Amino acid sequence: MEIIRPEVFTPEQSDVAEGQLINSFIEQCTSPIPDPDRWLDEEIRRNILLTSLDTAIAWARQRSIFPLMFGLACCAFEMIGMATSRFDASRFGMDIFRWSPRQADLMIVAGTLTWKMAPAVRMVYDQMPEPKWVIAMGACAISGGTFRESYSVVPGINRIIPVDVYVPGCPPRPEALIYGVTKLHAKMIKGTIDNPNLSLK
Amino acid sequence: MTVAITGEEIGKKIAEAFPGSIVSSDKGSVVVDSKQLYLIGEFLKNTQGLEFDYLTFLTAVDYIDYFEIVYRLVSLKHNHSLMLKTRCYDRENPVVPSVFNIWRAACYQEREVFDLFGIKFEGHPELKRLLLWDGFKGHPLRRDYL
Repeated sequence: MEIIRPEVFTPEQSDVAEGQLINSFIEQCTSPIPDPDRWLDEEIRRNILLTSLDTAIAWARQRSIFPLMFGLACCAFEMIGMATSRFDASRFGMDIFRWSPRQADLMIVAGTLTWKMAPAVRMVYDQMPEPKWVIAMGACAISGGTFRESYSVVPGINRIIPVDVYVPGCPPRPEALIYGVTKLHAKMIKGTIDNPNLSLK
Repeated sequence: MTVAITGEEIGKKIAEAFPGSIVSSDKGSVVVDSKQLYLIGEFLKNTQGLEFDYLTFLTAVDYIDYFEIVYRLVSLKHNHSLMLKTRCYDRENPVVPSVFNIWRAACYQEREVFDLFGIKFEGHPELKRLLLWDGFKGHPLRRDYL
């Protein structure tokens, strides 16, 4: 999905450009991107010479995920609650929540996504280097939630970016989010060096 | 014990200065004709004893026959408040004078009302959409939007 960036000079031109970009998103994103869930069905073919290296690298990736803080709405507080001392996320290696996408592995999208924010989410996702994973946290990120019928809400972030783990709840408790991260660890174990997030190929 | 000034007394003072502009007045609110809204706003800000210098909010309501635009004014000096309301009976092209030059807080609030209801404020320097994006068609908070 290409993001069109015309040259803009005045505030009026940039408003019009932003409006055109958002309208093009609404027209194009009509169906959800299929989830990368091939790993649930079949045995992943591995290169037999590299299996122990795969396991070692997957072990290292599990224990040092750098999450990207992408809290949009109320679920952000539960994500922050996961990071505080009671439900410590630091014991999983996720202690520093990165603000820059260039240094992050995992993007936890917490909260309602509106059409006005959708190009920004796409841009941030594109800026993350591979391997990258996405967790959709909360009912609004999974499917639009209570606000699905609204004129301004994206019905689920999987219209914009592919999602690995869905954590339901409104909001999900921090323990539920930690369970979702544990499921992501299980997915990381199945990954190989050349295909770490098991995307459809 | 001080008694707060009521909407009826303020309504009487406005009616002395601008005859025929009050539609009704209540204990806490005054409903005013929209043509003289700017002059009444200046009068409320500048007269002694009534110095309403703080506009708390500005919203609109869609009763199906008319739009009603609601202002809440507070006086920091005398510690009293007033709800000022105007009505706009036109649905195709609703226009109301802007109070931007009297109370600067109206800048973003009038843009929001224009965005969600379609009510134009004449005299506003930059009336464009605030919460929704530029190419959005329609005004969502009207009763007949969906």
